[in-house]
Amino acid sequence: MADTVTVEKKGTVARIDTSGVYYRQLNARMRELVADGVRKIELISVCGQRYIGTDLSKPVDIKITGTPGNDLGAFMLGPRITVHGNAQDGCGNTMDDGLIVIHGHAGDIIGLSARGGKIFIRDDVGYRAGIHMKEYGEKKPALVIGGTAQDFLGEYMAGGTLVLLGLNLEEGQHHRANFIGTGMHGGVIYIRGSVADYQLGQEVGVAGLKAEDKKLLGGLVGEYAGYFGADAARILDSDFIKIYPRFLRPYGRLYAH
Amino acid sequence: MKDLSRVANPYNEGKVVDACSIFGMMNTWGQRFSGKDTIAAIANMHDRGNGMGGGFGVYGLYPEYAEYYAFHIMYLSQQAKTQVEAFLNDKFHLLHGEEVPTRPVAAITNPPLVWRYFLEVKPSRGDGQEPDDYVVDRVMEINGIIEDAFVFSSGKDMAVFKGVGFPEEIADYFCLENYEGYLWTAHGRFPTNTVGWWGGAHPFNILDWTVVHNGEISSYGINSRYLEQFGYKCTMQTDTEVVAYAVDLLIRKHKLPVETLANIVAPPLWSAIKRQPPAEQELLRTLRQVYGSLLMNGPFTIIIAHQGEMIGLTDRVRLRPLTVGEKGPMLYLSSEESAIRLVCPDLDRAWIPMGGQPVVGSLKKPLVPREDAVEAY
Repeated sequence: MADTVTVEKKGTVARIDTSGVYYRQLNARMRELVADGVRKIELISVCGQRYIGTDLSKPVDIKITGTPGNDLGAFMLGPRITVHGNAQDGCGNTMDDGLIVIHGHAGDIIGLSARGGKIFIRDDVGYRAGIHMKEYGEKKPALVIGGTAQDFLGEYMAGGTLVLLGLNLEEGQHHRANFIGTGMHGGVIYIRGSVADYQLGQEVGVAGLKAEDKKLLGGLVGEYAGYFGADAARILDSDFIKIYPRFLRPYGRLYAH
Repeated sequence: MKDLSRVANPYNEGKVVDACSIFGMMNTWGQRFSGKDTIAAIANMHDRGNGMGGGFGVYGLYPEYAEYYAFHIMYLSQQAKTQVEAFLNDKFHLLHGEEVPTRPVAAITNPPLVWRYFLEVKPSRGDGQEPDDYVVDRVMEINGIIEDAFVFSSGKDMAVFKGVGFPEEIADYFCLENYEGYLWTAHGRFPTNTVGWWGGAHPFNILDWTVVHNGEISSYGINSRYLEQFGYKCTMQTDTEVVAYAVDLLIRKHKLPVETLANIVAPPLWSAIKRQPPAEQELLRTLRQVYGSLLMNGPFTIIIAHQGEMIGLTDRVRLRPLTVGEKGPMLYLSSEESAIRLVCPDLDRAWIPMGGQPVVGSLKKPLVPREDAVEAY
């Protein structure tokens, strides 16, 4: 089936016009190409194909033009995906390692349950970005959002780093998200721009940034600025707050007798 | 022994990942266009459904009969047709009736007979009822009393086409590429709680209201009992039906604006109400007291349409997706942005609304002024 997908291949570089190509055939063809040694894949006219980048398990560069479908980079281990367009829901779902860079906005549940790797979104995200991101040992996912977020940012977050830059907010304008960090019990959220107390979940506290926070944040903002041509120093020369979980097991005793 | 699972399940999938798909597109200048783009867009979200229901709502469809109520009726038996036609001849002036044209499609099996009728409410009937109310009562009468007959479309200059199949198959079956309208909505179904049958496909309709829905109305029981008090009978065995009747009651009968409808079916959370100015708080509290039984619980994204207007709305914590696209006078609403991009790659704007906030396209308020566009040429 996958051999019906037309591929222009030069050495380790492949280019696929995905117009009308079903996602299963596309992903199967990409698996074959990577197994054959291809390390750079360009996908053009992408329009809703799901799960792109999953199951490749190699540090492949994937450049996408168009609108990739849901669960872009799901369970991804290693690839580096760049999208010139917007991403839909579930981008980076349970991602293990690799990189996703979106030159546009993204839908709901971005980075859900991610356990490693990095996601950079140039503009806004929808609901529940970073829901249940987690970390273990050296594996720490990072999600950086250049614009603002809708509700339940960092919901049930269990680990990793979430950065919300608010670069498109007007002077004095609050972020859109309510219920930030609801159920959060691990990881950290850094926010640039105003957030009122009522916008925060019950399980989180607010603090200033320490030297180690600034180091972590500075690295991620520098990377963001590199991908999207922003001025890192100017972004960092602003007030940030740090949102942290007040408890590791907020409801540990809720159903205990 | 041959591993048959590789034949029946070649990708070795352990889980079916489905959801409904919804799509709507409207020319806010009222210019009509064919169903081609709507069909292509909903087909692009094929994998959200499972072939157990597809349907379309079209407005500006029957200009030659614009003043007549267009009934689309499905019959499961010939006897039902005889009974209904006698009923229609008795209760209405029946201008014209015909079978809805179809073509054989391999995937569409065992379809019901589908007919359409153009009807006038007789001015001489003498009950003093508004014609719209009279029509609602007659629709409820047919759907509730006559066996094997379902009126699934009853508005003027619009209609619903729906059935069991993927939406692109239903479009093929009803030859929808041959029709034109200025507003199209579409649905691909993945039935969760109720059966996949022809009447259970979306859109749901009463008069010229249609609703397509992704999600689940968990409050169906309380909503349907409330609506029954106003004469609406839920006969389609699916939760979405209550949305159509609620919209008819609130907007047509109670003359409430769309924003108020949103504040009733998807009201702000109490914590958000408390932060509003006093007058707004009082309004929101009053709406929750008066119309508490029409609060729609559970995850939903809906596209509501009626003559001249298309409305997108999600539940207040947005448990189902909705993306908006704008291009000149065109408004697009979709479960996924890619479906919009397929038919309009160069959108002026693509954005994602907040939960509970309605997105409205209206002939009265076109997205861009028509004069400006004319000057631009």
